[in-house]
Amino acid sequence: MKNDRIENLSRRGFLKQGLTLGAGLTLGLHLPVAAKGLQAGPGIAGGDERAAGTFEPNAFVRIGTDDSVTVIVKHLEMGQGTYTGLPTLVAEELDARWDQIRAEGAPADARRYNNLFWGQTQGTGGSTAIANSWEQLRQAGAVAREMLVEAAARRWQVEASRIQVRAGVLSHPGGKRATFGELAEAAAALPVPEEVLLKDPTEFRLIGNPNLRRKDSAGKLDGSALFTQDVKLPGMLTAVVAHAPRFGAKLKSFDKSPAQAIPGVKQVVQIPTGVAVLAEDFWSAKLGRDALAPSVRWDETEAFKLGSDEILTRYRALAAQPGTPARKAGDPEQASAAADKMIEAEFVVPFLAHAAMEPLNCVIAPAGEGVRVLNGEQFQTADQAAVAGVLGLKPEQVNIDMLFAGGSFGRRANPKSDYVVEAAEIFKAAGGKLPVKLQWTREDDTRGGWYRPLYLHRLRAGLDQQGDPLFWEHRIVGQSIISGTAFEQALIADGVDHTSVEGASNLPYRIPNLRVDLHSPKLGIPVLWWRSVGSTHTAFAVECMIDALAVAAGRDPVDYRLGLLAGQPRQQGVLKLAAAKAGWGENPGPGRGRGVAVHKSSNSYVAQVVDVTVRGDAFSVDRVVIAVDCGIAVNPEVIKAQMEGGMGFGLSAALGDALTLKEGYVEQSNFHDYQVLRSNRMPQVEVHIMPSTERPTGVGEPATPVIAPALANALAAATGRRLYRLPLKLA
Amino acid sequence: MIKLTVNGQAHQLDLDPNTPLLWVIRDHVGLTGTKYGCGMAQCGACTLYLNGAPVRSCSTPLAAAAGGRITTIEGLDNAAGKAVRKAWAELDVVQCGFCQSGQIMSAAALLTQNPSPTDADIEVAMAGNICRCATYARIRTAIKQAAAGLA
Repeated sequence: MKNDRIENLSRRGFLKQGLTLGAGLTLGLHLPVAAKGLQAGPGIAGGDERAAGTFEPNAFVRIGTDDSVTVIVKHLEMGQGTYTGLPTLVAEELDARWDQIRAEGAPADARRYNNLFWGQTQGTGGSTAIANSWEQLRQAGAVAREMLVEAAARRWQVEASRIQVRAGVLSHPGGKRATFGELAEAAAALPVPEEVLLKDPTEFRLIGNPNLRRKDSAGKLDGSALFTQDVKLPGMLTAVVAHAPRFGAKLKSFDKSPAQAIPGVKQVVQIPTGVAVLAEDFWSAKLGRDALAPSVRWDETEAFKLGSDEILTRYRALAAQPGTPARKAGDPEQASAAADKMIEAEFVVPFLAHAAMEPLNCVIAPAGEGVRVLNGEQFQTADQAAVAGVLGLKPEQVNIDMLFAGGSFGRRANPKSDYVVEAAEIFKAAGGKLPVKLQWTREDDTRGGWYRPLYLHRLRAGLDQQGDPLFWEHRIVGQSIISGTAFEQALIADGVDHTSVEGASNLPYRIPNLRVDLHSPKLGIPVLWWRSVGSTHTAFAVECMIDALAVAAGRDPVDYRLGLLAGQPRQQGVLKLAAAKAGWGENPGPGRGRGVAVHKSSNSYVAQVVDVTVRGDAFSVDRVVIAVDCGIAVNPEVIKAQMEGGMGFGLSAALGDALTLKEGYVEQSNFHDYQVLRSNRMPQVEVHIMPSTERPTGVGEPATPVIAPALANALAAATGRRLYRLPLKLA
Repeated sequence: MIKLTVNGQAHQLDLDPNTPLLWVIRDHVGLTGTKYGCGMAQCGACTLYLNGAPVRSCSTPLAAAAGGRITTIEGLDNAAGKAVRKAWAELDVVQCGFCQSGQIMSAAALLTQNPSPTDADIEVAMAGNICRCATYARIRTAIKQAAAGLA
């Protein structure tokens, strides 16, 4: 493979001139000791001095004379396992020992650390971390390995081709041996090879190995892992904000004095999104905000004042009219006249908050001529530009320390950088001299907008006399996530936001007459992608509908799908695998039901078979069997964990999460009324990975959208009643 | 002045006695392993031990802990805690990790009281700890593995 991106940083002295994060040392002083050793850490190590003799052949690998191998990870670790997955790619080609590898978050630098699927943009999303890094990081490992081999060949005066590398040790048949650490200094002085060979997959030892434990465990088991919430800098103030009670309301007036009367409160400042109370600690800031809030007057003339029910009524009226075409084949209208049986259905899904465990937060600190952002940072390039815009800086004057994120599910990647901009506004309004930590409360986080949009789907399909679908009409109504963002050009074509129709416009089932169209009404509620984006609602509508067609045709739901998936071997493959492992076809017993769904998202294929037990109006989800085809399985255990957790995240929305509006007010505020999945409703889960030689694809998201339709189909099988709304309720 | 012993160390705190214990520990004692997730005893991320019993520190005022003995995730070093951490590591339970301090504190408290919990015991003990990454299935397995290790 041609090496066109990798340069020898240690040789060119990049580190000395490029890493200006001198302030990293400040934070380093506040780090618990345990966060320092051979374990994954957030991107604060950029401020550490490099030990003499450190070998840093490229932007992704650093080998110390102490034999440690640090992999610089360009993606955010938010639970999906990227601090394990990306190091696996490097370690494989380097032939390192897994226990000598540590992971470190990359600084913000789109030239080096861009997502290769996103052009010159650094960021994490769309389940692309492994997929976009697949060649890049194996190449980084291979380059380092070849330079270590060359260093050994020169030292031992032998031919490089006779040197073996295995588990972090180089050896020659003549008996010479050396560790990476012993060769690091010599390797650092060598030129970078122009071309390196990557391994044949049959030679993989670490890729596909289920015995590699996660690199981010240790600090997450003893409390030392550093999240944004945990950052403490000298002189830092914590800010809590009084936000508008309704979206689109504007600040009219407020009285500082009730907040200033709270001990510990230092400043009360106006910002575009409300009033921020800054204090020495969180609790004082929160008391200050609560004292201030009743005094704040809002101009609500332009505020959004509709409720979810009214939105739904409007959407229903829109659904009666043709939308912008997203896909068309044959002539559905003509075909409908010839249909033997017709089935119509309307599916509705509510607004959803991401509700990550770590309520949103962001730290901004002065650093030289610029600033330093400390954050569980998912969208470096956009956030750098946004902060620079607020503060009148150049984007490169905004350094970012990538910390762990306590979940995100899409929320920390906002093209509008909402909470990061809010932190910058507070920092600026407070004078720009002291570090500021913006901390949202859970209530702020639930009511702060940027939701998965409410969607309505209307479907109509007809069967011929054999029960095969003759036509399929699918109309989708819901807000565009992409409209008005920098992603418009890439993701909106011919008036159709790809993220609104993905999973529906690429319907995999062979149906001769087909129409999918879209309405993208504008509403004053900020919306955003939520784990698996469009598929969160399209998979529900499509997979429930196809199930209804199978039942109407009197056919088995798995066989019916398989027949319509001719020419789609990967869809068929996961469907057959899940069905076989779940014992599909056996009678699940009285009061029980079994349902299935299959869906492709993030270029991966997932099928799920769900068993339920129904007791009156209540039901329990007993078991979920998952089959996934994500190409080459880089870390089988991470993949399984993402399938389990991704399904659980979708199950949460299938069973309970729903964010509703009344007269423009969000009705929920915290976990007592925004009811997410708890352990007592987590089913038994089995995951089966399809063997594959295809390139690896995403695993963080694709399990999420499949569970709701599979569960609805299981409930339909158990009760004979089909449910069309999420969350699913029998009563 | 309110006295606390945190992980064996004595502290004297000149704070409003209504301050939630969570923020005393995080912002004044300086131990950040105990997390803020909801502020109303709904999510369990703030779980620590007060005189040996698990409490939601976000909803426990400092006054209620006066003179008390507190153990946080940083100070958890009893047999159950060690067994829980070992099982958690072996089974790769953590994902984002933000809730895991609380999960571990709850799990270790359960095993200290009841070294061989049934599924129903686990359900009751852990239902107050939310994990949005939904690591629940692995937590269940890990608690059983830790219990086996303690036996």
